[in-house]
Amino acid sequence: MSAQGMSAQPADVGVPPAPAPRPAANSEPRRKKRNRLPYLLLAPTLLWLIVFFIVPIFTSVSASVQEGSLDEGFTLTWRWANYADGWSQYATQFGRSFLFAFLCTVFCLLLGYPLAYFIAFKAGRWKSLLMALVIVPSFTSFLIRTIAWETILSDNGTVVRILRDVGALNVTSALGLTASDHVLASPGAVVFGMVYNFLPFTVLPLYTSLEKIDPRLHEAGADLYCSPWKTWRRVTLPLSMPGVVGGTLLTFIPAVGDYINAQLLGNPNTKVIGQIIEDEFLHDSTGYPIASAMSVILMAVTLIVVLSYVRKAGTEDLL
Amino acid sequence: MSAALSAAHGPSGPSGAVTGGDLRLENLTKHFGSFAAVDDVSLTVPQGSFFALLGASGCGKTTTLRMVSGLEDPTRGRIFLGETEVTDLKPYRRPVNTVFQNYALFPHLDIFENVAFGLRRRGVKDVKGPVERMLDLVELGHLARRKPAQLSGGQQQRVAVARALINQPQVLLLDEPLGALDLKLRRQMQIELKRIQTEVGLTFVHVTHDQEEAMTMADTIAVMNAGRIEQLGSPAELYENPVSTFVANFLGQSNLIAGTVEGKDGDVVVVDAQGQRLTLPAKRSRIDSGRIIAGVRPEKVHLARSEAEIPAGHNVLTGGVVSDASFIGVSTQYLVKMPWGAEAGCGEVAVFEQNTGREIQRPGTPVLLHWDPTQTFGLDGAQDIDAGSGIDDEATA
Repeated sequence: MSAQGMSAQPADVGVPPAPAPRPAANSEPRRKKRNRLPYLLLAPTLLWLIVFFIVPIFTSVSASVQEGSLDEGFTLTWRWANYADGWSQYATQFGRSFLFAFLCTVFCLLLGYPLAYFIAFKAGRWKSLLMALVIVPSFTSFLIRTIAWETILSDNGTVVRILRDVGALNVTSALGLTASDHVLASPGAVVFGMVYNFLPFTVLPLYTSLEKIDPRLHEAGADLYCSPWKTWRRVTLPLSMPGVVGGTLLTFIPAVGDYINAQLLGNPNTKVIGQIIEDEFLHDSTGYPIASAMSVILMAVTLIVVLSYVRKAGTEDLL
Repeated sequence: MSAALSAAHGPSGPSGAVTGGDLRLENLTKHFGSFAAVDDVSLTVPQGSFFALLGASGCGKTTTLRMVSGLEDPTRGRIFLGETEVTDLKPYRRPVNTVFQNYALFPHLDIFENVAFGLRRRGVKDVKGPVERMLDLVELGHLARRKPAQLSGGQQQRVAVARALINQPQVLLLDEPLGALDLKLRRQMQIELKRIQTEVGLTFVHVTHDQEEAMTMADTIAVMNAGRIEQLGSPAELYENPVSTFVANFLGQSNLIAGTVEGKDGDVVVVDAQGQRLTLPAKRSRIDSGRIIAGVRPEKVHLARSEAEIPAGHNVLTGGVVSDASFIGVSTQYLVKMPWGAEAGCGEVAVFEQNTGREIQRPGTPVLLHWDPTQTFGLDGAQDIDAGSGIDDEATA
């Protein structure tokens, strides 16, 4: 419905109300001019997309079926076996990327939903301040924030000492999230860093869709025999599904490709596919085709996961 | 239709919904900070009646309603449904349903599911029959699969009524349900609601600022002002015998004139009003000595050109000059300028003369005002003579 409204809009843009008594011959070029305007306005964006999105996709796909090395140059030999080679070597890291991204998305949702709910419905006049606090950390670079966590989670830091003293590390180590007395360089630290970095991407869309819900609907729910929990389940949650889907997508998609957290907070056993692609590109003179093949697989799988998720969530009519 | 409703519910309906009882408020008080929104309200709404809480915005009527529904906790006081106290019951445990001011329909559910919502939450298995019957009652059966946003205001309003009514609550609360509708639709819905109430025989408590709406629909009206109930009674009682200037001015129009009681002659009170002698029945006077405010409704007052036209024993006010005459078909509405200022009450007396072929008096014509003394009511002279007037402008705008 909104798409209709949007496509109808540009047609009217910039049309001066034509004076009625005009020769018919004159109105012909005016009509043409009007039809071209929306495309002119779209041109910079289209150009950007072509140069930085469409072309790179083609070069990636093409590089993925080439052979050669940096010294001798690469030739297009349509070697599809690059995909099989890459997959057989790096399936573990590939799977790990999706596992980490999935865990990160789940934790972000578990932490972000109550937070967004609280800010949207209970924070009153503190609303804007709290939302600002959610966003403020993003003013610092992603890299610097992650390096900061490296320091905070270091072995002789306060956080680790406290966790060690209360025995929390014994539990997490037993679960395989941390390694004996360390937090750093463990899968737990990687997922933790990802959750920290991606939380705002979950909270913002959630907040936007929760904030749109009329609080009187909660009263209507209570009036119609719903306990607060049932009201949330039957009224709030369905109405906030666009935010849930939007937030999880905005978290999951970049999290799959993220390798900064794994690199800075992880160890060689927490390598994710992003690190592999980087390694192949930068440190292996014959690695371009494999790196490209892995990138294409990553893109394709992510796309399939996302599409089936959106379909399953059944939010098409809410979006 | 009431039979159809109970049949729709069967044994799974809320227990006691049919036996029910009166809604009783005892010393109900609600403070917001230091502000008393509702101040010591006690009243009984008999089972099966159409009860209206009438007042200007901010008078506490909606807060009272919300305390009955459980959405607001009273600071003090108790609420009973029949013999059961519900004061501390959560809203979802009360056999009470609300039609919200802006309907609060669930936008993600279609009309059918909106109406079925309450039944489903109570675990009623077969909702199809009851919901369809309910949608037929409000004449929306053909729109069952539409979303609320696809309906007009009047249709949404009827969905809201159906959604509440299907649960067969002991009391149905209506919070200005017609406020968002245009005038014509509002009149139509008033008749519709009254019809539904008569058909299903449930207790309706209706909150409104529209005095005409309250009078059209309700058996009993409680006029609220500043958190208190100013007067409670049938529409005719309130109109004919207001207990205060607030009620006299808020409910319809009144001509109020300040004066002093000269004495009592049997069951008649004699009043000196701005130098003119008025009489009124003792039983319609709230005071029998000292300062008094005499009142008469505009349609009770007649115009005369000479003393000879006036029947013996009528109250007469002399010295008036017609300042405005508007012919509106069924009647002519006059404003008659009196030889006293606004501080003495109405400086201009309103007169509604039925259009029975009488001559229309032009502005500038000196006239005598007269009316049957039994149509006069007397109020305590110590109160603000203008209380409640002017508020209605905002309400009808």
